[in-house]
Amino acid sequence: MSGSTVLYDLPGPGTRRRHGLYAAVSTAALAGVLGWLLFLLLDSGQFTAVKWTPFQYRGIQELLLRGLGNTLKAFALAAVLSLALGVVLAAGRLSAHRPVRWLATLLVEFFRAMPVLVMIFFIFVALRVQALPALVAGLTFYNGSVLAEVFRTGVNSVDRGQREAAYGLGMRKTQVMGYVLVPQAARAMLPTIVSQLVVALKDTSLGYLITYEEFLHAGKLIASNLDYDLPFIPVVMVISPIYIGMCMLLSWFAHRLARRQRHSPRTEAAGGPPAEPGTLLPGAQ
Amino acid sequence: MDVLTQNFSLYRDGFLGTVELTFYASLLALSLGLLMAAFRVAPVRALRAVGATWVNILRNTPLTLLFFAVLLGLPRFGLVLPFRLFAVLALGCYTSAFICEVVRSGINTVPKGQGEAARSLGMTFPQTLANVVLPQAFRTVIPPIGSTLIALAKNSAIAGAFSVTELLGTYRTLNEQGFSIIWTFVWIAAGYLIITLSLSALFGVMEKRWGIAR
Repeated sequence: MSGSTVLYDLPGPGTRRRHGLYAAVSTAALAGVLGWLLFLLLDSGQFTAVKWTPFQYRGIQELLLRGLGNTLKAFALAAVLSLALGVVLAAGRLSAHRPVRWLATLLVEFFRAMPVLVMIFFIFVALRVQALPALVAGLTFYNGSVLAEVFRTGVNSVDRGQREAAYGLGMRKTQVMGYVLVPQAARAMLPTIVSQLVVALKDTSLGYLITYEEFLHAGKLIASNLDYDLPFIPVVMVISPIYIGMCMLLSWFAHRLARRQRHSPRTEAAGGPPAEPGTLLPGAQ
Repeated sequence: MDVLTQNFSLYRDGFLGTVELTFYASLLALSLGLLMAAFRVAPVRALRAVGATWVNILRNTPLTLLFFAVLLGLPRFGLVLPFRLFAVLALGCYTSAFICEVVRSGINTVPKGQGEAARSLGMTFPQTLANVVLPQAFRTVIPPIGSTLIALAKNSAIAGAFSVTELLGTYRTLNEQGFSIIWTFVWIAAGYLIITLSLSALFGVMEKRWGIAR
């Protein structure tokens, strides 16, 4: 790291020695915490063979794979549908007709203000919809309305001259949108869109709470229904890296897109700042 | 309509449960997030690595998985605490990663000259951070912290689904008693709207008082 931060200059030799000391102390403290965790794991017998043998069984492996498949299925459906809903709602909010604009604004604001889980439960319990459609619908309403805002700000951030030139050429509004504004906005907003998809992927795990048979649910089945001395911790140790890994891969992709765009002449031509990937936090746009 | 009047105490408990959970989790998230942000901008590489790992892992963990692991997992280690405390831990740690990133981006908006001036006065790193940089950074990050905490309030619904007394959890009891399920949810939704709208109003006031446009 160069000294390009507000907080400190490039350290001199004395400071470097002091930093070395801090580093040693904090590494030791960290190692202590990790060691304590490892001790807890060993002490409660999490690494004994009996807790891990269940994973050798074909049935268990198939159960986990099926769960993972269901998670990915819900994610794929939710991703495609929320992109579609986002386009529709964004078009509504950019519409020239006032009632359409109001309706779209109302929908977007409402869906963003509700906890996703409340919507999912409402659809699942009150409307008696099956678990998968309920989960996908809840995720679609929420992420769709967030994406609508992303699309809208994206279109609005395209340089005014682009729009004016297009109108000057005699294009109609649909043409200006379709040929000029949306292609440029989509390119600039791509990282934000991908990180919103990470939110959707993370939230598919809410399906566990409405007994949709996704990945976490499969883990719960293994941990609680089979009597192999309840291998709960091993199940968490198998499931978490896969979940976190999938999300990290997608986040990393968003980051790479954002980095590549920062140097791309095409986004610079569109004007406005290149999009940072979003916060990955539900509701924090 | 009578779902609310006849079960007012149940709704009140759920509502207060959500408020309490949000409050304590916010405290934990803010303090842990601030600590992690300090780690991430520290001159010591090991601390930076700790902060980065914390943020990257927690931001990419589904909150349901975290609740699953904490609420159902920690007791298997013999760590038995009240469910509410586990819920506060899970929510607070999860949100701290987002608070950390918000604070860090706030620190980056402080002009370099401010830090240089502080150093030329002979301030140490903690002094520069606490007296010069963070107060300014905080003023720019009021709105994003507001939306992070609103998200926390909404996420607390997951705790309700994991049998912590909380607003969404009230639906279960009312459902068993055979009340109109639609109205039950209307009032739950109203409760969440009250919480999120008051939070955003609160942060609006704070922004008006302390926020600065640079």
